[in-house]
Amino acid sequence: MISFKLSDIRRRMKEFKRDPVSLILFSVVVLAAVITVTALIFIIAYILIKGIPYIKLDLFSLEYNTDNVSLLPALINTLFMIFLSLLFSVPIGIGAAIYLTEYAKRGNKIVGAVRVTAETLSGIPSIVYGLFGSLFFVKFLGFGLSLLSGSLTLAIMILPLIMRTTEEALIAVPDSYREGSFGLGAGRLRTVFKVVLPTAVPGILSGIILGIGRVVGESAALIYTAGTVPSIVKSVFNSSRTLAVHMYALSDEGIYLNQTYATAVVLLVFVIIINAISELLARKLGGKAQNG
Amino acid sequence: MKNLKEIIMKFVFLLTACVSIAAVVLICLFLFTSGIPAIAEIGPLKFLFGTTWKPANNLYGIFPMIVGSIYVTAGALILGVPIGILCAVFMAKFCPKPLYAVIKPAVNLMAGIPSVVYGFFGLVVLVPFVRENIGGSGRGMGVLTASVLLGLMILPTIISVSEASIRAVPQSYYEGGLALGASHERSVFFTVLPAAKSGIFAGVVLGIGRAIGETMAVLMVAGNQPMLPESITSGVRTLTTNIVLEMGYATDMHREALIATAVVLFVFILIINLSFSMMKRRSSK
Repeated sequence: MISFKLSDIRRRMKEFKRDPVSLILFSVVVLAAVITVTALIFIIAYILIKGIPYIKLDLFSLEYNTDNVSLLPALINTLFMIFLSLLFSVPIGIGAAIYLTEYAKRGNKIVGAVRVTAETLSGIPSIVYGLFGSLFFVKFLGFGLSLLSGSLTLAIMILPLIMRTTEEALIAVPDSYREGSFGLGAGRLRTVFKVVLPTAVPGILSGIILGIGRVVGESAALIYTAGTVPSIVKSVFNSSRTLAVHMYALSDEGIYLNQTYATAVVLLVFVIIINAISELLARKLGGKAQNG
Repeated sequence: MKNLKEIIMKFVFLLTACVSIAAVVLICLFLFTSGIPAIAEIGPLKFLFGTTWKPANNLYGIFPMIVGSIYVTAGALILGVPIGILCAVFMAKFCPKPLYAVIKPAVNLMAGIPSVVYGFFGLVVLVPFVRENIGGSGRGMGVLTASVLLGLMILPTIISVSEASIRAVPQSYYEGGLALGASHERSVFFTVLPAAKSGIFAGVVLGIGRAIGETMAVLMVAGNQPMLPESITSGVRTLTTNIVLEMGYATDMHREALIATAVVLFVFILIINLSFSMMKRRSSK
């Protein structure tokens, strides 16, 4: 780490004069960081400045029509989508992580297979998930273009994320907790549910938050599984457009530029809130690890 | 009674663990059973190296899309890799703590921005910029624009993996460099960075996977003409966008050719993932 005390800076200037290579290296490193941060600020500022003036009450009407281009139905559908995807993926992800950390023995063949497949799943592009979802959930199982097909597809997509974060959280629980529980006569099951899981909750939560972020931002996997109907779903078998898909559809139609900016603002705010929560959780986790 | 509950729950946990195995098996099964016969019917060589994609005339050559995917990915790497690695060096070795508390969340946020938002940004900012200042046959949409946008999008991936591997290098390497009279910069670049090499490579490979798999953002800025691009400003279609563009109305053979496109993409990704996990294993040794 470098310090920014005046004396240090003077010393470093001397060093740079003697050794121009150091100066060049220092400059490119700072330049790269500046480019990265500037790009991010530019993207966010551009969208906010262009979009905020067009956030009007119209955009939040309950019914979508071509006059108001309301994003509220898509927003509500997104919440349903988040809820359903988590409903499928969280219990399975946590269960799998419990099996991997608490039950499986070393060198268990299933563990190897689970890890390899989870790694594979996390690398598959979202459009391939979308295609698979449309072949399997939409056609083969006959769920049609629906909230259900979409959320099942997304559930598979975020499963490796939930599994990995939960596993890390469970591994971080000290073995002495488990030994204490066993020593008091509790069985493995009771130990897992009463001692290990509660301790790991913040870590599991941070995984869930990341999963929510993926669901909110996803579009390619949803177009051919959940469809693009812009009204609030009445049942899980209705086609539903999430906010990201809604924004894509608006931008694709090309005549609602201002509303697209406004929709992008809402989407960005959503993402920023999710990131802030996950940052807070991470900080809390880090703090805990330092304390003990 | 209590024992029975334990046994049942153990079985339930085992079952949930097997879901990811089942998912991969199902994905392979459904993609391959529709895709492979289509490739066989079209002819593997004609499919992979055919340069004309005209579903209406029963011509299914995806070579332009394979080349398109490789072009935009390579372009993204040219931009994203140097900036990403240097930014990671900054964050790990140069950044004062208060600044780090700002930059780290910023990079995380960059990873969290949805690809439609990136795509839209590309459409309203990058495309007009390229059209007015560089021109070319794609009218702003093409290899260059898609590469720049993808380069931005893979930055957070490359930065976080590289930063972690730079931080994993023992401090003694850095101090050894200083002790031999190297400056801070020289020590970081010539002792720490080489030691973090394999971890950084793993980050780059992960970035390649992101770039090849990205769909919506590329769709919005690449122009999507199914032809071999003649220059960096001409329009281009990638494997991912080929699927998303035509899946909505494709039927029969056309639809199966699209699934076959996904098979090719899937195989690409499997190869990339495999090399990523091999590198990760090597770097953790």
